Amino acid sequence: MLRRFIREGLELEIWEVLERVTDPELDEPVTEMGFVERVAVADACRVEVDFRLPTYWCSPNFAFLMSIGIRREIMALPWVRAARVTLLDHCLGEKVNEAVNGGRDFAEVFAAHCDGADLSDVAGTFLAKAFDRRQEAVILGLRAAGRDDAAIAAMTLGDLDRAGLSGAEAARQRPRYRALLLERGLARAPDDPAFPRWDGGAIGAAELPAHLARLRATRINMEFNGALCRGLAAARYKEVEIGPEGPTLVDFIVGRVPPREAAEGRS
Amino acid sequence: MYKTPDGKEIFVLDGHTHFWDGSPENQANVHGKQFIDCFYAYHANLSPKEELWEKARFEKPTEDDVYRDLFVDGPDDMAIIQSTYLSDFYKTGFSEIGRSHSMAARHPERFIINGTFDPRDGEKALEYIHWMKEEFDITGVKMYTAEWNGDSKGWALNDPAAYRCFELCDKLGIRNIHVHKGPTILPLSRDAFDVADVDYAATDFQNLNWIVEHCGLPRLDDFCWIATQETNVFGGLAVALPFIHTRPRYFAEVLAELLFWIGEDKILFGSDYAIWTPKWLVERFWNFQLPGDIAEERGVQLTDAVKEKILGLNAARLYGIDVEAKMKQLGARPVAMAAE
Repeated sequence: MLRRFIREGLELEIWEVLERVTDPELDEPVTEMGFVERVAVADACRVEVDFRLPTYWCSPNFAFLMSIGIRREIMALPWVRAARVTLLDHCLGEKVNEAVNGGRDFAEVFAAHCDGADLSDVAGTFLAKAFDRRQEAVILGLRAAGRDDAAIAAMTLGDLDRAGLSGAEAARQRPRYRALLLERGLARAPDDPAFPRWDGGAIGAAELPAHLARLRATRINMEFNGALCRGLAAARYKEVEIGPEGPTLVDFIVGRVPPREAAEGRS
Repeated sequence: MYKTPDGKEIFVLDGHTHFWDGSPENQANVHGKQFIDCFYAYHANLSPKEELWEKARFEKPTEDDVYRDLFVDGPDDMAIIQSTYLSDFYKTGFSEIGRSHSMAARHPERFIINGTFDPRDGEKALEYIHWMKEEFDITGVKMYTAEWNGDSKGWALNDPAAYRCFELCDKLGIRNIHVHKGPTILPLSRDAFDVADVDYAATDFQNLNWIVEHCGLPRLDDFCWIATQETNVFGGLAVALPFIHTRPRYFAEVLAELLFWIGEDKILFGSDYAIWTPKWLVERFWNFQLPGDIAEERGVQLTDAVKEKILGLNAARLYGIDVEAKMKQLGARPVAMAAE
């Protein structure tokens, strides 16, 4: 039997790697969204992760992608022997769990639910949106710090690393933007342009306002989802913070008291 | 009607409301429970605290609730009641047209009750459209493309079976097609909120008006593109509007996009009652201003005249309502509530 402190250390390691799994539609880590419900390490280095989404109806394609992502990150840890990922309280939960944990070939399982198409098309579409959102945040942070469009359009990766940014969102997104640039090979060396399009094309200073207008539309959609998902998850699972005064009438009306009944309604 | 702080009377046509029964007695299975629970989560999440309802009232609003919330406490002059059956989830349907008509019998002049159909029912769908026209003389329908029907977990507006139904709608003068895009479940390779089918249907049925509820969010950019190309595509503000309370700056960005792309004549107010009530939505909307930087960046304005169009005049045009005559008619027959 594992000693408790060792087990807790391993569980912490799992939580850390799960930060790399994002909700494809929101481009936010599943841990940060509060989707991960339980992480447990059993004997013989078997890992169990339970997660749940804001509604019973959340798109199963994204649920699939997250579930696969969680499993992939866990299995990449050298000490993990087996993993079981369970999506709870979802209209297609059983199918997702069966497919992800069944040990069958993913492509084969998905093909059955995709009219033969590949789920990676959807993943690619949403990675492009994630790129746009990260890029917009960084560019707006540069503008707010006083740079004009000509200066921004001419920036290299090295310039971007050294540049001052204004605003918390820009600071948060810069390393994420950079990581995606490198991962996709859109920029590699310090001399490479910092702000290419997702298809690799260049953006001139004169085109920047129109480009930003398009990025804004992408962000508006993602923010809509993000705000709804956070709120719905809170309303569904009653994890709303109760103020220092204790619960109010409202907390009772919407059922926030008791604050958490994790096992409720689950079989 | 909504009376502005300086005394002007504004005609309010609430473009998206329901009279549903989501109570446990009507739920056919766990999906029915999860569906109304999800609605309640929207309600609890985006409503101001003082507007929150208890769960039981929310699951099955009474007829009195509707009259009070919309016309007595609320500023609506008229409301469009949408039908949504979800027959796989609810024993007698979620929001059924006959039940809505009996509710509306006290003041039929205040309601437009839209029908609905499921193209996957084939011949039966066509018969049902005939029946709704003859029985209730419907002028609009509500489409819910994410509805389950046996093994099918959703459909698209440009499916051949759907086209046969729209041809019939066109022939019978059912001109207003409200489209709700819920998350489509299968196939998994499809973007669950894809609005591309609206483009096909709107191009192929120029006589019909396509009102896309919650303006296609979370695919606002795709929706704006389509609605800009197609003169017969409109955007409903349901679900987007409550953000005016929780995230006003964000709401301003959405509205600025809509004004820029599709323009002030194609945006329709909808409370999405009973998820939200119109009183606070209309009051806040009337008092809302676009922040200067957002208005400037998009080069749009939200004037009183624009608000008036959104709150009622645009929908009145689609449904052929003479606003002046309607206001006179309604003024002569005020809604009275029995003492409680």
